[in-house]
Amino acid sequence: MAEITLEDIIKPENLVYEKTRLMTDKELSYCPGCGHGTAHRITMEVIDELGLEENTIGVAPVGCSVLAYEFMNIDMTQAAHGRAPAVATGIKRVWPDKIVFTYQGDGDLAAIGTGETIHACNRGEKIVIIFINNGIYGMTGGQMAPTTLPGMKSSTSPYGRDVETMGNPLKITELVAQLPGTYFVTRQAVHTPAAVRKAKKAIRKAFENQRDNKPGVSFVEIVSNCNSGWKMTPIDANNWMVDNMFPFYPMGDIKVDGVMVK
Amino acid sequence: MGELKLMKGNEAMAEAAIRAGADAYFGYPITPQSEVIEYLMAEKPFERTGMVVLQAESEVAAINMVYGAGGSGKRVMTSSSSPGVSLKQEGLSYIAGSEIPCLYANVVRGGPGLGTIQPSQADYFQSVKGGGHGDYKQIVLAPASVQEMADFVKLGFDLAFKYRIAVLILSDGVIGQMMEKVELFDQVPRMTDAEIKEKYPWATTGKAKGTERRIITSLDLDSLKMEKHNHHLQAKYKLITENEVRFELIGCEDAEYVFVAYGSSARIAQKSMQLARKKGIKVGLLRLITLFPFPTKQIQTLCDQGIKGFLAVEMSAGQMVEDVQLSVNGRAKVAHYGRFGGIVHSPEEVELALEQILIGG
Repeated sequence: MAEITLEDIIKPENLVYEKTRLMTDKELSYCPGCGHGTAHRITMEVIDELGLEENTIGVAPVGCSVLAYEFMNIDMTQAAHGRAPAVATGIKRVWPDKIVFTYQGDGDLAAIGTGETIHACNRGEKIVIIFINNGIYGMTGGQMAPTTLPGMKSSTSPYGRDVETMGNPLKITELVAQLPGTYFVTRQAVHTPAAVRKAKKAIRKAFENQRDNKPGVSFVEIVSNCNSGWKMTPIDANNWMVDNMFPFYPMGDIKVDGVMVK
Repeated sequence: MGELKLMKGNEAMAEAAIRAGADAYFGYPITPQSEVIEYLMAEKPFERTGMVVLQAESEVAAINMVYGAGGSGKRVMTSSSSPGVSLKQEGLSYIAGSEIPCLYANVVRGGPGLGTIQPSQADYFQSVKGGGHGDYKQIVLAPASVQEMADFVKLGFDLAFKYRIAVLILSDGVIGQMMEKVELFDQVPRMTDAEIKEKYPWATTGKAKGTERRIITSLDLDSLKMEKHNHHLQAKYKLITENEVRFELIGCEDAEYVFVAYGSSARIAQKSMQLARKKGIKVGLLRLITLFPFPTKQIQTLCDQGIKGFLAVEMSAGQMVEDVQLSVNGRAKVAHYGRFGGIVHSPEEVELALEQILIGG
């Protein structure tokens, strides 16, 4: 039997997976095990697969994904902390035929940018909001976020989040689902291949909604881990997320085609 | 001759925005400039030219809408009054760093804090020295009439795109609220999307296949690159200083003393000038039109002419006077007079200040 060489294997017909075309070659700044890289990838795959590259403008936040524009190979605008939905509103209103999305973390979207989030959703801006919720401020070194769970430790809640003095975590996704201006609201994760497939399907639906000029915001929350901030190994962080985050932030669609389903 | 109308300064500015071919206005109500958004909403510019008008949830959101839309190459503006402009400073710093062309107006009221809704010129430092964080400048135009409230909108947009910079129309409650005759310029067509893409290759309009993506950002974690970017910004400000100084000299040919003023204070000082000349005092007026860039060279030329003293007249505790002092650099006497906290000085008290504070002081 003839020996099989690499040249025999590396053929177009054998291709099962390739680098996402709309991701740059820049090395990701995210910690190994972090969900951001996967969330970036499936977002850019959806834009590519829907043929929206030339028509899409992304808005990057302040937080771990502040450099999202370094990785996403499309036109991007970097917004001030929390202001991405207002920036996206400005772009979408003057370029109504373009596809505009924001990519934001929990501190950005649900703390300093709460006003911009609620009002962009309430006005029914025809934009996509991708919301990465890992329950912590990753970039600044693991401080308490609006979504930090009760009792959860962070560098600014070193003895655990005390809801008496620090308030309860904010379920902003359930909150925006109540607004008539949201068209599609869902909560997903990217910790397993099955979850990634589901999350990608949700992101695809969000972008399709905007492409088809559906009325209102399509809002996709992705519950993710922060193994560095949580001070766990990637595997432990994912397990902890499943055991603790998912019961508080349940997976699945909340509002579909403008109708509450949960 | 353009269309003649009797209008408030705020209304003239709003009408001028439509006529200048603006693509969008994002604003938030605040006295004494709410007529701007009220006029625009009533006028339905979307039907006239396709211009978007949106009432934002806050001043912060409004300036960030300007940031997004301006970064995508469109002609956009906002307006507010002092407390609201303070809220916009974060966005303005980002706009400076990201080099986004845009126009905004501050119809100044008395402060600090909520202060008063009456006119003031106490936001000079914030406007000229950079109200937000970082080393940056913006072009500041100071209208002294309803006519200039309209004309400076067109000029402002042109300068904003020429230099990729924020242009501020620094008005005050007097100019914003008073009614005067105004000759409106003819409608300038809005630029087409194709024209924007061709003319502004830096704008985020969607990346064509096989081309480099455009990024609007003020961030660079590499400090050497950030220093280089800052040098680029400073070179731009220097160019603006060399090319865009605007002012008006009134009665300075034989003058021994000069009032330095802008906006409504310049109108008042012009009357004070007449009162003083009736008494035989040879006084002229340097009316500033651009506050940044500041007419430093012109003031030095006046010093060369042998001007004995300059009286800075402003509705503040003395802000612009510092730039007059820096320009004069000890070569003549410099004094300040102005009422503030919402009080507008009278021509008589300014004339008296000339005699008592500058000449006799």
